Order: sequence, then structure tokens, then C-alpha cells
Amino acid sequence: MKSFLYERATTTQQAVDALAKRLDAKLIAGGTNLLDLMKLEIEQPRHLIDVNSLPLSSIEPLPGGALRIGALVRNSDLAADSRIRREYPLLSQALLAGASGQIRNQATTAGNLLQRTRCYYFYDPRMPCNKRVPGSGCAALNGFNRIHAVLGASDHCIATHPSDMAVAMTALDARVETLSAAGARSFPIDQLYRPPGSTPHVETSLAQGEMITSVTLPPPPPGRQMYRKVRDRASFAFALVAVATIIDADSVAVRNARIAFGGVAPKPWRGIVAEQALLSARPSRDALEQIAEIALADARSQKHNAFKVPLAKRTLMHAIAESTRDG
Amino acid sequence: MAERNMTSNDQIASKNGPGFQQIGQPLDRIDGRAKVTGAARYGYEHIVSDKCAFGYILGASIGRGRIVAIDAQAATKSPGVLLVMTHKNAPAQARFGEPTTATPREVFTRPRPVLGDAHIRYFDQPIALVVGETFEAARAAAGSIDVRYERLQGDFEPELCAATYRPERTNAGFATDTSAGGFAKAFAQAPVKVDATYTTAFESHNPMEPHAAIAQWEGDRVTIYTGTQTLANVRACVAGTLQIPLDSVRVVSPFIGGGFGSKLIAHADIMLAALAARVLQRPVKVAMTRQQMFANAGHRPLSIQQVRLGADRDGKLIAIGHEVCSSTARFEEFTEQTGVFTRSLYAADHRVTRHRLMRLDTNRGEWMRAPGEAPGMLAVESAMDELAHALQLDPIELRIRNEPNLDGTSLDPDRGIPFSSRNLIECMRRGARLFGWERRSARPGAIREGRKLIGHGMAAAIRPNYIGPSRARVVLEPRGTLRVQLDMTDIGTGTYTILTQIAADVMQMPPASIKVELGDSQLPTTAGSGGSWGAASAGSAVHDACTKLKRQLLDLPGIPPGGLQAEGSVTRSAEYDRYSQHAFGAHFAEVAVDLDTAEIRVRRMLGAFAAGRILNPKTARSQIVGGMIWGIGAALMEQTLLDPLHGAFINHDLAEYHIPVNADVGQIDTVFIEEVDERANVFGSKGIGELGICGAGAAVANAVFNATGIRVREFPITLEKLLPFLPG
Repeated sequence: MKSFLYERATTTQQAVDALAKRLDAKLIAGGTNLLDLMKLEIEQPRHLIDVNSLPLSSIEPLPGGALRIGALVRNSDLAADSRIRREYPLLSQALLAGASGQIRNQATTAGNLLQRTRCYYFYDPRMPCNKRVPGSGCAALNGFNRIHAVLGASDHCIATHPSDMAVAMTALDARVETLSAAGARSFPIDQLYRPPGSTPHVETSLAQGEMITSVTLPPPPPGRQMYRKVRDRASFAFALVAVATIIDADSVAVRNARIAFGGVAPKPWRGIVAEQALLSARPSRDALEQIAEIALADARSQKHNAFKVPLAKRTLMHAIAESTRDG
Repeated sequence: MAERNMTSNDQIASKNGPGFQQIGQPLDRIDGRAKVTGAARYGYEHIVSDKCAFGYILGASIGRGRIVAIDAQAATKSPGVLLVMTHKNAPAQARFGEPTTATPREVFTRPRPVLGDAHIRYFDQPIALVVGETFEAARAAAGSIDVRYERLQGDFEPELCAATYRPERTNAGFATDTSAGGFAKAFAQAPVKVDATYTTAFESHNPMEPHAAIAQWEGDRVTIYTGTQTLANVRACVAGTLQIPLDSVRVVSPFIGGGFGSKLIAHADIMLAALAARVLQRPVKVAMTRQQMFANAGHRPLSIQQVRLGADRDGKLIAIGHEVCSSTARFEEFTEQTGVFTRSLYAADHRVTRHRLMRLDTNRGEWMRAPGEAPGMLAVESAMDELAHALQLDPIELRIRNEPNLDGTSLDPDRGIPFSSRNLIECMRRGARLFGWERRSARPGAIREGRKLIGHGMAAAIRPNYIGPSRARVVLEPRGTLRVQLDMTDIGTGTYTILTQIAADVMQMPPASIKVELGDSQLPTTAGSGGSWGAASAGSAVHDACTKLKRQLLDLPGIPPGGLQAEGSVTRSAEYDRYSQHAFGAHFAEVAVDLDTAEIRVRRMLGAFAAGRILNPKTARSQIVGGMIWGIGAALMEQTLLDPLHGAFINHDLAEYHIPVNADVGQIDTVFIEEVDERANVFGSKGIGELGICGAGAAVANAVFNATGIRVREFPITLEKLLPFLPG
């Protein structure tokens, strides 16, 4: 770990000002990811701004039935919140499928969104990695890539985004609220993550000095919500494939459909085309297979991760079948 | 069998006077409170008289080649840095020598020089030690060392590794190959055959306590505080490497946070601490990071195993073949004895076992819990399940029909000598009853609960029983406290506790009056903890010492004012060579396989074991349960991935090297069969530290087959290996 200056911000504006002043500054909240990365010298901030005492720890109702989740709401608190469990069970399920109880107690909403990939090669500073050292190459392409992306990757990076929470928020059409010297702004969560392209080290659309202050959820959409995470062990493992679905249907028609995948792409992956196909389908077995095909139509797999494509399809089909089952 | 053993139980009891009161009781761990309160100090935590400096190891970033240039100027000048040691300035040490040692024993004690030359033999090999006033200063400076390498093409891909060779012997000195009868012809003519090739992955021990050491010199003598299973090995290795007399090295290791075979020999942390402390004339502590442990603290080699079983239509084995190829390092040989247990497990007139090695550019494999049986039984006990399926015979019945038995005597098929005791059949029968084996469907894929397929599997367990030369001293103090002293270790197994029980029984004293002192090489030498021989070896020495002390006391009116002491010892008895000594067991597992995702979860396991007298059922159960959980890991998730291009173990942390977590274990039960093996040792006990893992993984794998009808022969069974074969 390189030595760094440590500063505790008392107001959000103060944190944003401090962040804007220095290119090598980072915000720290739970620190469950950043500290690990600093120990391995993958992250080397010279300046840490502790935001834990900012007033961003509440979950507040907004006019019209929406909900604002403060950036510092701990994952455990968010998962246990009665409104979340009642109206957005998908989000609660996703949170509880992630990490461990201890980590969830510490990890925050904004920190969860901004966690870095778990690619093995990103985690070993001696390995080529375009995300860590732009232009050094991608060791995963010719290495072990069982846990890597099949959607949205590039020839420069095939890492996945590890969050479960963000997948649920993507299905829920969450918006991210930020503050910077330029003022406050709000944008759909899908726009937070940039495709890796030739610049996989640029992971988000946040500007220098811009800080996530909250996430808002629109009123809960109609339909059954489900989060299904497929992993190598029963707990404390990142998703091989995760599927978030919100489906409002009966045996005659589908009225509303949301589909998002985790574990398969550099970002939470929304299946918009598959959603539209589902809307015009009767939920039969054949239709489900077609929709799964559509959802994974753009998949490109590597040597060890081809299984993710059929796995994602099967998991999606199961989720839709469960959601449209009567009773 | 059981009746005879019940009798011998009574005989042993009478032989030892009033019999065992404490032995056999589930006494709580003596060291439990010290551990949970943090009072127990581990290798890195000992407080030494002078202020410790901190070392940080820099590992090589290539897998094979040499260092052309190393520039440590910036690191040397870095704030708080005291020393940067590389191959350019490291003190002279003994040469490492040839890949194989003259005797099996010397592998534990041979010199293990560090920073000896510019050659890189494996990825993450230590190339520098930075010592600083703080750990952070040392680590930060290590990052500024500039190294230029000349890379050589390394061999990192076992599937490309066509060249194999025949080692002179296996680990622990067993014959490389054995054969009996005419295997090829007998197998070819057998009416029912299984011919299957299984592969097992590299695995990493990952004890909770990382490998760490503090070295402190006083004149020409050094004290090493570390976590080690066997103090004598570390002492000999340090003395040999530094070329100093054995008496100049003291090793202290009172508490060890797990070893599993990875702490049998001295590793780089110990040697680097000793060298740096000598240069600086100041104590130095060095710990490996979790990541560094994967390359530098041993691993289980990978293996490719061909198992051929030929049987008649009644399920009587005619031919057994187990041929193994496993990985080794180029610079030092390790031959996991993967096929050795097969020589003693089942009877057949025609048998062959074989060990071959492929050289890779990794560090050397080491002894990992049940070396040989753990990977070998995954293969052989899966093959037995395949044979049972082919014969449409219950897997337990198949094993019963192949029990080695000649005119009522249980004979080791390989050695032709009787087993000291062999209660495999009783383990299988008792286990089956308690597990509810009758609920298993003989037809795979027949039990379904919702979207889950349910399956049941079993496997046998066998594990050799060892004893090693050991000594112990007991000191009876005037006020009546008995101090039990030996250089034995407690690696988490319960040694402090069982030695207390043994001393209490022989001396007829309450456990509270007994103080067991372990983990200091100044105490009488033992065989340490390893090979599941610790309790028998150290325990017998303590028993002998106490017996002698008690005899002295008989001639005295009371404890003399200066106290009283006695020494005891144990060596291998003649019985050891006259009988084939093994512990046995039977594992049962129930798994659920998700029809949509192929996720496999173990719902429950039960193991029944015949391991002689159980000294402490509580600590014994903990060891067995731990071993069974290792079986779940080996069957379903554990694999250390060797990057084919760079030669790095790439999933080198506990986030990506998966072992079972609590949620993966489900219900787990153990039962010990009443047994006393009077030929094993004075207690009639047998080793249990490794028995729990032997066969456990195969029971899980066989349950997966029973659930799905899919046989996966490439371990671990991760979901992508089932997925293509599950119904859509």
C-alpha cells in the first residue's frame, strides 16, 4: 500500500470540492473493495476522502411513489428495508445473494455500483491488463476465462462487472444522482457504465470530481420480481450468471417485462429486445426458447466460458416460467 | 470382528491397571480459551526482546528464465528501509542439490537456500526480501525494485506435456510400480470391465494462518518463531541451509493455525527471516501473503489416472489396474503416492499400479492432507461405482464381495500379511443404516423434487496408520503439577487435549493438574504432526514417560522436595511390520442438482469410521468433519488454475480459490465403530487426521451420478461439465 493523505469530509459539497481538486484522490466509504486493491497496489490513490459521515444514509420516499436511496446506505440495511422488501423484492434478493453478511454490513450503495471487476488478471499486477495498465494487453483472452464476459466485451477487455445489486437496479430502471462542481445531475443507471471498447480503464461516465449521492427507484413496476444467481458455491461467490426479471403476465398475455443479466458482461446487461419479444409472446415453451435465443443473440464466448450462453438461456427460461406460473 | 475387539478393549483396559478414564472422553480443548481470546500467539505474533523489523517478499513475474538485471537502488533509499536482499548480496548458503534426495527422509531436512542465484524456476519465486521498520515501508519499497528477465519457454500445460518419466520411488518411500498375476490378459478376458481416465486438479492447502516466521539471533544462535508441523524438520533445514550446527537453532511453535501438510518443511519465509536477521543483527519477521502462499507454500499436484477394473458377472474383481501420472517440478521431485492405497483396498488376483511424473515449471508439489488417497480415491472409488452400475449391483455389496479374505483371515493383497484390524464392511453396513441408504434409487435420475434431481452415493475410505519415533519428558513438581514436555505440535487437531487425557489416565491425576508444553525444539524430539501419526507417536511417548514416572513414585513415600521426572519414548514395534495397519471408513452423500442451472449442492453427508480407539470423540469428530468437507471441495470446487502462458497460479486468493463455505455443507454426521487395534499402539488407536477426506469426494461424485446419470471424470465437477447433458 502506498502512503496517502486521509481527509474526512463533513459535507457533500466539501467532499466534491476535495475530489475535484486532485486527480489522484478517491472517495472511501465501506472500503470493502478499495482497501483490498490498495493493498495490492492496483489502486494507488495519494489522497483518500472519507465520506462516511455525510448525510447520505437514508432511504426516503419521493412524490409519486418513487424512492431515493442514499449513496451511503449499507447493503445490509437496504436489503432489510421493509419498503424494499415489499415493493422491490428483486433488489433485496440480489443484495442478499452478494458477498457475506460482514461485507454487506460495511459496503455501501454507491460503493457497490463502483466496485471493480474480479478478473484474476486484473488482480495480479504482474499480468498484462488493459484495464489496469492501458495498452499492456489482456491476459484473460489467452488465459483462464471461465468467469469472463460473453456479452458487450471487446478485444481489449473481457472482464465482467461483479455486482448483483446493480443488476437488480438496472431491471428496476433506477437512476443515479450525482454532484460535481458543475452541479447535480441524474441519469439512468444503464448510462453509468461505459462499454470497454479500446478504453477498458474508463469504466464509468462519471466526470473527474463527480460523486454519486443517491440512487432513485421509480415506483415499482407491476409483475413478479425474481433474482436468480448461479454460482460455483452456495454463498460468497460471484455470479457465473445472474438473471433479474420483472414480469407481469398471465396465461394469456405478457403485459410488462424487464430482463437484466449479471456475470456475463462488463456491466449489468439489460435485455431490451428480449423484453419486447416477450411482450408480444404467449408464454409457451417454444416462445421461451426463442426469447432466450434473442437475449443471447449477440453472445461471443471464449475458450472456457462458452457454457455461460446456454446457462444464461436456461436460467432466463426458468425465471420467466416461474414468473408466469399461476398461483 | 467387533466382538473380538470388544474383548481386546477389555484386555487393554486391564493391562493398563485401572483402565482409561479420561481417554475416550469428549474433553473440551485445553487451548480453546487461549485461542478464542487471542492469548495464543502464532508465528508472526510472538513478542521478542528487540524491536522487530518487517520483511516483504518480492516474487518473480516470470515462470522460467533468469534475472538479467535487478535494480534495487530506489528501494534501498526508500524511507524506513533497512535492507534489500537479492541474489546479489544474500549470504552464502548450502547448495540445494539434486531433484531427488538419497533417502525419503532427507526431503524434509535438506538445505533449501533462497535468493541463491539468478535462475527463475517458477512464477512468484522469491527474488528479493525488503526489510523495513514497518511492513508498509517494506512493501511499498518492494514495488520500486526494477527487474529485467531473460524469459525461457516454460512447460505450464499438462495436456501438452507428452514426456513422462518413472521416478525411483513415491513419496514416503513406496515402490513406484507393483504388479501381481498377469494384469493385461486377465483384464482383457474379464466379462465386465471399467476402463476410465480421471483427472484431478492442482489444489492449495490454504491454512488460515499464513506461513510466517520471526528470526532472532543471539551470537551464533538463532531462534525461529513460526508455525510448523514438525520442529525437527525446520531445525535441520535451517541448520543445513545456513551451515551452522543443529544445536545453534531453536524452533518455537506453540500454536499453529492449520498446516494440512503445507507446514512440514521450512519455506522461504523462515529462511529469509533467518538470513535478514543475521545481516541486520536484529529480529526480522516475514509472512507470505495469501497470494504468495499458492506458489511458495506447496500444493497438491494435478493427476491423470487410468483405472481399469475387470470383474466376473458376480462382481468379483479379477483385475485391478491404477496407473497415475502426476505433475512434479523440474528442480525437485515430488511423487504423490496416488496409486499406493489401491494395493491394499480390494482383492484381485491380477493387479498393477504405476506412478509416472510430468515435469512442469512450477514449484514442487507437497504433502497435502491424505497425499495419495485424496486424489486416488476420487478415481478408484468412482470407478468402483461405475463397475457397480455396470453390474447392476449395490455399491456396498460390490465392495463386500471384494473384501480381501483368505480362510477367514483378512490379508493385505499386496503384502500378503494380515491387517491389524479391518472393519470396512461394518463401516459400510452401519453407515448405510444410519444414512438411510435404502432410500437410494439404483436407477440414476429417478428421484426428483421440483426442479432438483436428488442422488445418493457412497465410497469406501482407507488410510495407512503410522507411528514415528518420539520422546517425551514428564516433570512432577513438588506441589503436584505434572508438566508434560515434548517438541510435538498442535496444528489445531487437539494434541494439547489428548496428551492431557493420556497423562491424566496413566498418572491418575485430574486434567487440571496437568500442563502440556509443546512446540519448542529444546524439548524432547517427536515425529511432529503429519501423516496422522501425531497422537499415536507423541501419545505413546507420553504414556511411556508417565508409566516410568509412576513406577518411580511407587518406591517413594511421596513427591521428593525437588520434584521428579522421567523420560519416555516410542519406536516402531515389530508388530508394525508383521501387520498391515490401516484405518477404514465409509462415506455417504446426498446431493441435489438443479435441473436448470446444473448447480450441485450437498444436502447431507454421513461417514462411519473404524479407526481404533477414539482418544477424544469431540476433537476426533472435528477432524473427521473437516476432512469430509475437504472431500466436498475436491469433488465440486477446489482447483488452483495454472495460467498456460505465464505459469502463474492465477486464482490465488480465497475469493477465487473456492472451498466449501458453511452453506455448502448441509447436514454432516459421523460415527465411530467400536474398535481397538491392539497392534497399533498402546492405546489401540489409529490416525484420523486424514481419514475423513479419503473417499469423501468420491461419495459426492457418485451421488452426482446417481442424481443425473452423468459421470464426470474430470475433477472438480463444476456445473459446466454437467450442463450439456441435462435435459433442456
